Amino acid sequence: MALRFEVLGRFNRARAAQLTLPHFACQTPLFMPVGTQGTIKGLTTDQLEEIGCQIILGNTYHLALRPTSELIDELGGLHKFMNWPRALLTDSGGFQMVSCITNLYVAGIFYTQWHFAYIFQVSLLHLADITEKGVTFQSPVDGKPMLLTPEESIQIQNRIGADIIMALDDVVRTTITGPRIEEAMYRTLRWVDRCIAAHKRPHEQNLFGIVQGGLDPVLRDICVRGLVDRNLPGYAIGGLAGGEDKDSFWRVVAQCTAALPEDKPRYVMGVGYPLDIVVCSALGADMYDCVYPTRTARFGTALVPEGVLKLKHNAMVNDTRPIDPTCACMVCKNYTRAYIHCLVTKDAMGSQLLSYHNLYYMLQFPKGDVPEWVCNAMDVAGIDISSCCSS
Amino acid sequence: MKFAVKALSSGKARAGVVHLGSCPSSIETPCLLLSTRKGLPIFISPDLLSSLPSPDSNLLQFSPLHFSEGPSPKTISSIGGLHQMVGLHEYGFAAVARDSIQCLPECGSTNKTGASFETPCGRRLIKPVEYMEMITSMKPNLWATLADEVPAWANNKRNKTSVDRTVKWLDECIARSPAGGAVFGSIVGGSNIEERKRCAQEVAVRNVSGYWIGGFGLGESMEERPSLLNAVTDNLPKDWPRMICGLGLPEEVLQGVAAGVDLFDSAYIYHLTIGGFALTFPLDRTEKIDYNYQLSDQGSDRTKINLRATVYRKDATPIVEDCCCYTCQNHTKAYINHLLNVHEMLAQILLEIHNTHHYLGFFRSIREAIKEGCFEQFQKKFVQSRREHLAADVVSV
Repeated sequence: MALRFEVLGRFNRARAAQLTLPHFACQTPLFMPVGTQGTIKGLTTDQLEEIGCQIILGNTYHLALRPTSELIDELGGLHKFMNWPRALLTDSGGFQMVSCITNLYVAGIFYTQWHFAYIFQVSLLHLADITEKGVTFQSPVDGKPMLLTPEESIQIQNRIGADIIMALDDVVRTTITGPRIEEAMYRTLRWVDRCIAAHKRPHEQNLFGIVQGGLDPVLRDICVRGLVDRNLPGYAIGGLAGGEDKDSFWRVVAQCTAALPEDKPRYVMGVGYPLDIVVCSALGADMYDCVYPTRTARFGTALVPEGVLKLKHNAMVNDTRPIDPTCACMVCKNYTRAYIHCLVTKDAMGSQLLSYHNLYYMLQFPKGDVPEWVCNAMDVAGIDISSCCSS
Repeated sequence: MKFAVKALSSGKARAGVVHLGSCPSSIETPCLLLSTRKGLPIFISPDLLSSLPSPDSNLLQFSPLHFSEGPSPKTISSIGGLHQMVGLHEYGFAAVARDSIQCLPECGSTNKTGASFETPCGRRLIKPVEYMEMITSMKPNLWATLADEVPAWANNKRNKTSVDRTVKWLDECIARSPAGGAVFGSIVGGSNIEERKRCAQEVAVRNVSGYWIGGFGLGESMEERPSLLNAVTDNLPKDWPRMICGLGLPEEVLQGVAAGVDLFDSAYIYHLTIGGFALTFPLDRTEKIDYNYQLSDQGSDRTKINLRATVYRKDATPIVEDCCCYTCQNHTKAYINHLLNVHEMLAQILLEIHNTHHYLGFFRSIREAIKEGCFEQFQKKFVQSRREHLAADVVSV
């Protein structure tokens, strides 16, 4: 165990805590931007520190491909490689591979003025195959068959050196039904043991287990109890944020947070939309990650208290208001919607400025700047989030 | 705007000082105008801009054509002008229709009504009236009048027409000149010495605050350029500043300085950056040529390095050892190599910062050489040292 988790304030199930990691003492609830390939697209580490980023998520799968975990290790670990003084979290590498079985997802934006292609997120592994050994898939770089085992995943993450590492889990989408979900849940528990055995740096890196079990409360319960028995430094709630209906989503989160230990951090993976974060925090979750704020910025969409603002829209051409008059970020303090409109989807700067604003919005937001209308709505919905509302 | 020449070297090269209303400090010349797209650097975000040396980096150049698809001049006026719109209140902006990166003069389509440019939004014809409408709404510190630039291979008749047109448009622009903002009269003439002289003489008698020298970087050779430049500057009053477009490479800048030009734009930094190159040529004027070969020097021209090269995969050193730019202070060649390989935008941001910083350092050494009265030697030595590595390559093989 290489962390300390101290709850500093509570309101019913919601909690504010200090999570002390080897590289940084964080305040939870917190949002982790996704820095897939060792960078948050278009932002420097200085800017990230300035807007209050505490932990960045790195994708093991991408980093293992380029520049390789061995190179990162040789150069002193990912913190040193990207010069990020605060905390890092790496995922197991499993999600990227598996997410293509049901759903081929290729997102890319071509900025032809610069003659290079942008982001091919999650790739072309439509023939991934999961066995007890691990996940076999086709490398997107050269088509070679590759196998990711729990041991290999942990070794790669040991080399990368993040403060928090994730166990390789057998993740299935919540939209699937049948015996596959049960199989995946039990396999996840077996793989956690292999991950624990393979972990060479338990005093520097915290191995989190991931709760699976689809939308089935019985399976989720078995998984939670199994992971808690292993006494891990922290726990994640996985397998959500994949298209299930929201009413099912929150129930799984509620069940897991009720059963997971009070004195350890709880991470809801892949969440998400600001409203989802509010709800999960009220239910007792502490950590979140999502590509949404940065990805939507690159499509010209800004996050605002009222929802989203599509800067690409023609209505913005001569709109001289800031993106969000209540936002204190550099972008909202200096630029009009009209100016951002003329940049977005055409110039790199548009992408940068919107990413900056969106991340600022997400990072400042869970600290308590919940708009009043959301509090009111939650009240009516019977979900208590008064601890998250500014007093 | 105020301008004064402070020192001369080798006859024509001059060191001066320009003061613009919005900039808190004066800026020394010869100086570099940083390229922008719509008023902001192409990759360096405004909060990172302040990490560049100041006040050297406070002069930015843009083209009004960047805004041909909006916001409208009316909107820009209501925002308060370009400085307000891009949030750079303490910076100086120079407006020039031609932007050597993306607003390229298209003389074939230019006609008596307006100048044509190839832009990212297609080919645009801009008339003096429209041009002045944009200038008035944007309120740059200084702006060049609309010019008809022709490439070096244009025939005499076309070239002569371009001079007549440019002078006519100059008068039309001045007639619509907004209060505030210094007018720079545009001078063209292609690669014809007589036409260059004629145009310069015509513009010299107009009521302008400075001169913008156009038509260079459009196909003339390095050898013929000095005489063309001199044909212009010899016929301009010495007390007003001279700005030029299209001289990007260091050797070309030196040619411009030798002829008495004060302000330069450059597409060099942009092209280096998108190519994945970082400038490394020595700025220290006393440094001797180093013939000690390193593996990474093989095939390099000692001016720049190509950070895509696999030799940098594990290089944990900064681009230039004692460079104090944000990039060199915070990141390694290995990291930038990785960013380039995975097509991450941060690579271009970091490279534009370093390259701009380095090139500004080059301009600083030019100014020092002028003030010390040894510009001619500086120019000779610089050009020679860039060729000497070729001799070294031959010797070492």
